[in-house]
Amino acid sequence: MYAQLVETGVKRLKTLEEMSEQERAFQEKIDAEIKIEPKNWMPDAYRQTLIRQISQHAHSEIVGMLPEGNWVTRAPSLKRKLQLMAKIQDEAGHGLYLYSAMETLGADRDEEVAKLHSGKAKYSSIFNYPTLNWADMGAVGWLVDGAAIVNQVVLQRTSYGPYSRAMIRICKEESFHQRQGYEILLTMMRHGTQAQKDMVQDAINRLWWPALMMFGPSDEHSPNSAQSMAWKIKRQSNDELRQRFIDQTVPQLELLGCTAPDPELKWNAERGHYDFGAIQWEEFYEVLKGNGPCNQERLATRRKAIEDGAWVRAAAVAHARKKHNKNAA
Amino acid sequence: MQASMSCRPKWGICKMNQDLIQYLLRLGDSALIQGQRLCEWCGRAPALEEELALMNVGLDLVGQARNWLEYAAELANDGRDADHLAFRRDERAYRNLLLVEQPNGDFAVTVLKQFFYDAWHLAVLEGLTHSSDSRLQGIAAKAVKEVTYHLRRSSEWVERLGDGTEESHQRMLAAIPQLWRFTVELSDSDAVEQRLHAAGLIGDPQQIAAAWQQQVERTFDSATLPLPAPACHFYLSGRQGLHSEHLGLLLAEMQFLPRAYPDATW
Repeated sequence: MYAQLVETGVKRLKTLEEMSEQERAFQEKIDAEIKIEPKNWMPDAYRQTLIRQISQHAHSEIVGMLPEGNWVTRAPSLKRKLQLMAKIQDEAGHGLYLYSAMETLGADRDEEVAKLHSGKAKYSSIFNYPTLNWADMGAVGWLVDGAAIVNQVVLQRTSYGPYSRAMIRICKEESFHQRQGYEILLTMMRHGTQAQKDMVQDAINRLWWPALMMFGPSDEHSPNSAQSMAWKIKRQSNDELRQRFIDQTVPQLELLGCTAPDPELKWNAERGHYDFGAIQWEEFYEVLKGNGPCNQERLATRRKAIEDGAWVRAAAVAHARKKHNKNAA
Repeated sequence: MQASMSCRPKWGICKMNQDLIQYLLRLGDSALIQGQRLCEWCGRAPALEEELALMNVGLDLVGQARNWLEYAAELANDGRDADHLAFRRDERAYRNLLLVEQPNGDFAVTVLKQFFYDAWHLAVLEGLTHSSDSRLQGIAAKAVKEVTYHLRRSSEWVERLGDGTEESHQRMLAAIPQLWRFTVELSDSDAVEQRLHAAGLIGDPQQIAAAWQQQVERTFDSATLPLPAPACHFYLSGRQGLHSEHLGLLLAEMQFLPRAYPDATW
């Protein structure tokens, strides 16, 4: 998802008996669905896990602007340009909002961004794929934001108050983006030329599997899930969410008149779900390690933005100080 | 009264309508090109807050461009719509200010370019809010609110960078001569604008020039930046479609899809 493979630093779950009094009170609160707020006591591992998860999520919003930035200067009409600009602006807003939620845990935005730039912190694997035609702007909205929503709808009930509230707001905007993305594709499929229809299918072919990978490794290879679930940071397993996404997306795919690049994708009446082919997990881990198609470019762009902007930020601070001194005098 | 109603189509497009179409293209093209340049900052701004602000200003401007170009298309009534005007005209047919087509440069150039444009833009829009044409008046009334914020933001950045650190001051000093000559278009006017003003459709070009000058003087003063002597004409004119070489490349990128797929529906 926007946060994948988030380390909890915990090898196995403690039983209630093994917990200290504070830990037990904390866990009981979680079990009773009472939200944890910034000033409440929390185990350090819970705090660190949340910082990692929320910062990953925020980094993903910011890095996620880049594949769209690749087309915003080439949007094919004034309406599409305005829509894409508004979407990108929303994403910057989400990033800001999430960094603020993260700062309520005592983390520092600049420090966490520095971790992103050094390669230590991660962001969603999906944004390491290039956007190669205009239909990608539709497919990203439909599939990538769509996958994000499946995850984030559940995260609205996450145990940490500020994160949960951020998710409620972000979900509203994301579902708007998803509908808009789908509408881009639908317009191209229903009213477009053959060349445009080919663009749509091409975009789906390239983004389908990376979108499924967004939910993270399958449950048996998701070592941190048990603790995150016990803390109710995470509320449903990767595989459950992935299945839900596929089940809701395939009918939309059919309505478009497109296909998924998966010959094994078919309805299983017995399970009441779609069956799908094996995900190439090697690719997922390689992309996460930094060996995806655009990892270097994405990080280089972000690093350069912050490095090139250093003098601007320094000037803003210096000016504010001068103004403050003038007012004080 | 809408301008289109003052003309009888069977006698062809009257002179005033032609003037107004020209003027709408100037407004729309400048807003669009400035917005396009702001899009280029996506993911590259010096701080996250600036990502939001730059895209937000760009969004306002492209929205305004759409309004102006739609009106121009209606008046021209030649089968072209706003998208056609934006995405199918060559650089010689574009009527934007030379200033806005200039490359973004560093953040000092971007800020200064935005400021020069905003100071002019607000004065122009304020003039238009008194237009005898209700459509012009309506679009301008909405845009004035947006551009008031744009100018507040860009003038604050000029002050911050001008009176910030030694480096930021030097960068602003370097940005001024890069952009200054293009400001000649912000304080002169041509026969089209004078006729439109005389007809009560747009604000007084002299007042606009004076308002621009005052705003720049004020902001440069608090930014501790030296004010150059007024810029001189230098044989290019955005109004006449005589642009710098930068516009053609900008349009090649912006217009790529509609040009490459002329029959497509997006």
